[in-house]
Formats: sequence, C-alpha cells, structure tokens
Amino acid sequence: MTNAPDANDSALASPAGSAGSTGATGAPGSSPWEYAPAPESRDIAGLKPNYWMLVDGQFVEGTGEPLKTVNPATEEVLAEVSTAGPADVDKAVKAARRAYERVWGRMPGAERAKYIFRIARLIQERARELAVLETLDNGKPIRESRDVDVPTAAAHFFYHAGWADKLGYAGYGPDPRPLGVAGQVIPWNFPLLMAAWKIAPALACGNTVVLKPAETTPLTALVLGEICQQADLPPGVVNILPGAGDVGAELVNHPGVNKVAFTGSTEVGKLIQRSVAGTGKKLTLELGGKAANIVFDDAPLDQAVEGIVNGIFFNQGHVCCAGSRLLVQESVAEELLDKLHRRVATLRLGDPLDKNTDIGAINSAEQLAKITELAASGEAEGARRWSSPCALPDKGFFFAPTVFSDVHQAMRIAREEIFGPVLSVLTFRTPDEAVAKANNTPYGLSAGVWTDKGSRILWLAQRMRAGVVWANTFNRFDPSAPFGGYQESGFGREGGRTGLEAYLDV
Amino acid sequence: MAAPSTTSSAASPDTPGTGPLPPALTDAVRDEASLRRFLFGLPGVDQVGVEQRAAGLATRSIKKAAKLWAIDTAISMVDLTTLEGADTPGKVRSLCAKARRPDPDYPDVPRVAAVCVYPDLVETAVAELAGTGVGVASVATAFPSGRANRRVKLADTELAVRAGATEVDMVIDRGAFLSGRYGQVFEEIQAVKAACVREHGPDAHLKVILETGELATYDNVRRASWLALLAGGDFIKTSTGKVSPAATLPVTHVMLQAVHDWHRLTGQLRGVKPAGGIRTTKDAVRYLVAVHEVAGPEWLSPHLFRFGASSLLNDLLMQRRTQLEGHYSGPDYVTVD
Repeated sequence: MTNAPDANDSALASPAGSAGSTGATGAPGSSPWEYAPAPESRDIAGLKPNYWMLVDGQFVEGTGEPLKTVNPATEEVLAEVSTAGPADVDKAVKAARRAYERVWGRMPGAERAKYIFRIARLIQERARELAVLETLDNGKPIRESRDVDVPTAAAHFFYHAGWADKLGYAGYGPDPRPLGVAGQVIPWNFPLLMAAWKIAPALACGNTVVLKPAETTPLTALVLGEICQQADLPPGVVNILPGAGDVGAELVNHPGVNKVAFTGSTEVGKLIQRSVAGTGKKLTLELGGKAANIVFDDAPLDQAVEGIVNGIFFNQGHVCCAGSRLLVQESVAEELLDKLHRRVATLRLGDPLDKNTDIGAINSAEQLAKITELAASGEAEGARRWSSPCALPDKGFFFAPTVFSDVHQAMRIAREEIFGPVLSVLTFRTPDEAVAKANNTPYGLSAGVWTDKGSRILWLAQRMRAGVVWANTFNRFDPSAPFGGYQESGFGREGGRTGLEAYLDV
Repeated sequence: MAAPSTTSSAASPDTPGTGPLPPALTDAVRDEASLRRFLFGLPGVDQVGVEQRAAGLATRSIKKAAKLWAIDTAISMVDLTTLEGADTPGKVRSLCAKARRPDPDYPDVPRVAAVCVYPDLVETAVAELAGTGVGVASVATAFPSGRANRRVKLADTELAVRAGATEVDMVIDRGAFLSGRYGQVFEEIQAVKAACVREHGPDAHLKVILETGELATYDNVRRASWLALLAGGDFIKTSTGKVSPAATLPVTHVMLQAVHDWHRLTGQLRGVKPAGGIRTTKDAVRYLVAVHEVAGPEWLSPHLFRFGASSLLNDLLMQRRTQLEGHYSGPDYVTVD
C-alpha cells in the first residue's frame, strides 16, 4: 500500500477513522485496535527481471513475443517473461518424447519416486519464496499462498511419489503403462498448485510433460521448473512454456502429444475437445462451475457462515468449485443473512502481502471488468446488492466482497460463473426443492450441504450432480481425494487413485 | 421457575450488566421444560468448523503499535489469580502489590483488572487494594468442584461479598448440567446472583464458571453459556484452572459468539473470561484477536473481557519491555510474586 500510515505512538489510541482510508483495514467502525501493517518482505520472492522458458532441461529464450507480468495489487510490472513460438512448442514436445523413450518411461517406479519426493521436499524448502512470488504475481493474500497453495502443492508431489512404485496395485492391471507425452494447460487462479496437480500424477505414472502456465501468472511455474533442475530431473521430463492461448493451442494440437489435460474456462475446454476429437489423444477437462452451497435450518449456523465465506471469498472467488450460489432454507434465511453480512464486513481487504489480509486483488483488469459487469446485471435484474463497507485501495484491481439476495434462477448471476467475490443467495422450502435448484445448472463441479442430520447429508449427496459434495465444510482439498466434474464442468478426475487413470494407458 | 431477579444493577441497553429480559427470552425461562426446549433449539456447533476458524484467526500477525496496544490492554484485563491450598495472607499481599504496580520500572503500565483469591483471603486483598481501582474477585460456591449443599454455596458467596469482594467467580453444578437438570443449574445461578447483592454499595459482579473441560462438547458449552446468561451472569468464564483442558481458543470462540448474540437479542453487554493455561503474550494476543473479530471491538475492555491467569502477567511485562527497549531482557527483570 502506498498510503499506509506511519506506525507511531498516536496510532495507539487513535480510532479507526483516522486510519480507515489505507485500504488495508477491515470494516470501518469504532475499533480501538488497528492492526499495524504486517507485510511479508517482497525480497523473499527473489524476483528476477527476466524469466525464460524451460525446454529440455535448460532455461532458454523463446521465439514468441515476450510478455510483461503484472502485480495485480499495484499494477506494476514484475518481470518480462519470454514466450514460446510454434518452433519452441515443437522443440519442447520432441524433448519430452526423447526423455520419455530413453529415460523416464522405462525408469523403474521406485527410481521415479525418488525424483518426485525430492521435488516435494524442495517445494517445502523454498515455500516462503514460492508463497511471496505467488502472491505478487497472482494477487492472492499471502495467508492463502502460504497456508494453502504451497503446502498443498508439496502434498501433491509427496502423495504421487508414493504411487510411482505401486501402480500395479492401483486397480488398472498388474503393470499399467504410461501414455507418453502430456500437454498440460493450466489457469491463473492457483498457478503453482495447478502445476503440481498436473505434473505430479503425470510423472508418477511415467509420462513426460509440456506445461503451459497462464499468461498472467507464469512465474511460480517457472520456479517449479528451477526446482525440477535442482532435483536433477532428467532433461526433457518437464518442459514449461509460458505464453498466451495461442501457445496452448499449438501444444494441444501438436501431433506428438499423447495426452491433453486442461483446467480453465468451459469455452476454451469445448474448443480443445473439438480439436482433439478423432486424434486418439486422451483428454481430461476441468472447467467452470456454479456450485450450490445448501444450508438447512438445522445447520450449525455459525460454522455454516464460515463455510459460506470460505466457499465464495477464498482466493477472491477465483475458484472453479467456489460455492457461488447459496441455497438457504427460508425458515433461517433472515438470521443467516444477518450473520453473513456481519461476518463478511470483518474481512480485511487490501495489500495481498500483508499477513492479515483476507481478500487480495482480482487477478487482472479483464477479470475485474467481467465481475463488475455481471454484478451490475444482478442489480439491473432486480437482485438486492450488499457489498462489504471495506475501503478499496487506490491502485490495483480490487472488488469488495458482495452478496446478492432475492436472487432467482432466471438471473444471470444465478446461472453464469462470475469467478469473483460475488455470492448469489436463493432460498428453498423443502429438501426436494433444494436438490432441484442446486442441480438446475449446466455445470456440476462441487456442492456443499450444511445440516446436523447425517441421513440428510447422504440422501442429498446421492442426488447432487456434482463431482465433489462437501458436508459441513467447503473448499477442502486433499491429494488423496479425486476432484472433477459433470457436464460443462468437464470430465476426468484428478487426485487419488482414480486420478491416476488419466495418465495411464488403461 | 421465576424470571431472573432484576433487582440488582438494572442496566440500560448497551452497557455492561444485566437487566430485564425481552419477551422471547422470558418465555424461555418460564419453566424447566421451556428452558430445555430453548437450549436444545440453539443451533449446533460444528467441531471441525469452529476449530478451523479458531486456528485461522490465530494466524493474525500483530506487530508494532498494535502489539503494544494489545499488551497494555491484556494487562488491564488480567485477573491476577492465586488459588492454592498453600495461599497465605503474605502471598496475597505480595500479589496485590504486583497488581497495583505490575512493573516498578515502568509506572505507566496499567493496573490489572482484579486480584482473584479464595473467600477467606478476600479481606486481606480488600485492605491491600483499597482505593486503587483494582477489583477483588473471590471464587465461591465450593470452588472448584461445586459439590456441596446449596446452603453452603450461598453462605460461601455471602461471606465473600460481605468481606468486600467486588466480583464473585462461581462454579456451575456440572453434575446437574450433564444429567439434564438445567432448571436446577439455572436456579442456583440466580440464587448466587441474589447473594451478590450488597445493601450498601454496588453489587458484586457475577462470573459464572462453566468448567468447559468437563462439559466436553461445544454444543454443551453453547447451552451452558446461554443458561448462565439467562440466569443473570455478568460474565461467563471457561474454567476453574483445576481441570484439563482449561481455556481453549475454540471454546472461547463459542462463548464470545454467545455474548455477541445475546447483545443482538437484548442490547445487554455481558463479558467472557477464559482462565487457565494462558501463559504467553502470543496466546493473549490470539484471544484478543478473537474478541475483536468474533464478539466485536466493544468487548476489547476489562469490563467485558478478562484473562484468569497468574504467570501470563510477567510474560506480558517482558514483551512490553521488549517492545519499548528493542531487546529482550529476561525473567530476572520482572518481579516474581
């Protein structure tokens, strides 16, 4: 923050009002206690002016137009990143093929596991660096990159390292074979974690990888590339090609790729599915969502409020499985909304590097415009808008946490994925109505149910068309739990034993 | 069962204290069956959820001026406690000296909120603390087990109040609570509350110890909190310090939520006191963050939040010096009383 107040003695006793404009504060109010700024040092990120792509074990300059990656919280340029041209994609895929045929594909699983374990440990060793870098490049609060993104990324490598020598016991036959070269395209919402989700199972199963990180968030994936070097991973096993959608298209359409894995928008997912149709490439897609979080009147309400907040405001709502539709039983709707508003008003929006920030920056101006437009449509269509009274910083891309009530199924904010900190609240009267409304979407990635009644949880989970159903919690991720969707949310599973199938010739 | 006595310290809305109940709650305490229905109608507490939230809030990073403010506020909230069989007038006098002037080198350190002793030592503490503004809290009602005849418990309370205690820390009858005799617990709190009335001068404030370590579940903690609030407790307190686990962050969360909701419903502000096991500044700051963000900023006051502690004070003083002097000096530079 540029206008943070000096921490001086007078701030000790000063009321919130005097420091209320910093943007790093929570709800304006009469608190006698202002948390002093507690920023993590950006030097820890080890930011370099230039980043190159990783091909065949070497960082080399790409032939594409370089891109400038921006800190969404300040709009300053962080670094220049060289991108891949068509020839680079070809080179990378060929390197991956060589590595697959000569080294990685024929290496015993127990040997592969050693490399993967080493990567996991190196992620832990460089956790702070990765967390700060992620926060700078993505805009997410350091609290989340430090406590969720980086540890979960390490956990994925640890988990899959364990599978590498046990694939014969995974239920896919005595000696399941890898597929070959995997072309992987990942989104900007969890740049490092999505790279881990993609790379770890691919390597464990004996495949080699060409990964394209998102245009706006390439940095942590490239540091992960560095970690692969540090771990002495044989050249060509992991290749990382920054760039925009054209690089992704080039990669996906490359004839040398055996497997395509994509996480991103439903729109691009459909294009990819069309382009790989008939090529024999194996495909998994993890796309958008419009998850319902269903709260029954016997729910533990205070914890349901926490779950709702975590469901939609975690990572500024940039989560494909975000609980963006709250379905609440009419008999407790008023009480729950009252609690929810008061809780959301305590969320601290501001400098993502501050350890006390709950809500960071929206990843890009483009995404901010999309959220703003959809929120405006909610108002125009007659929903009641409530936004947290938190102050927004002068610079950077920020959007105050927003809750729409009186939302109906016909409204755009109830049907379209907003991918931002915007919650749509609908009500229901009976369990059947809750199921009908929750399933009334072309998506089907996740759902949440809040009730103290165990039998109702099971009843509802059987009826939900969603890949994940969380009971009395939300947005919990574990490498051993498969994740994936229905219908327009994609197909294929990632994580767990089930997730191995995507990278095995079965 | 009668509605709670409102003879004592009738408070206007938004001030600490008790007062007449709104109609919805008068119904809740009409008879034992209504009370049970009301307590079982409270929303449940999800264990995983409340523990996750408490752990999440505990990662707040409190630095510089905010930390110094927290340390001073925490010192002003300490109920400096000695509850040993070996307590003597000499020990209590020395504790009172500490309460009056926690750090002799820094006269600007705030005084603690109160000294907390057994009833027979109240008189000593009152004499030592006269005119200082530091309260004298007495445990009562057959502390810590509460296993005694009600007449004994009431006499215990009356004697403490007569000796000059400004605050009474009572224990609830956990046996009655766990066997579902909520009416009995309720009436006993009311009776103790009545015993806190002083004919000349202000009534003693009543803190109701739930002994959450024996109640075991968060649902029970929530019900016991509401029960104590309904019966007129000025404070709800986690523990005696004699049972493990004593105060924990998630339990305190549930209780802070209860006083918050109570205020929304009645306009009355009631307090919370975690006690036992809070020994470091880091812990105290975590509790204050919970007070700030779960109950609300109004509760950041010794009128509405206390720490039941003994060794915590010296750690707060050492950390205070560290903040002011820029380096850590160690336990030999604070007084051990």
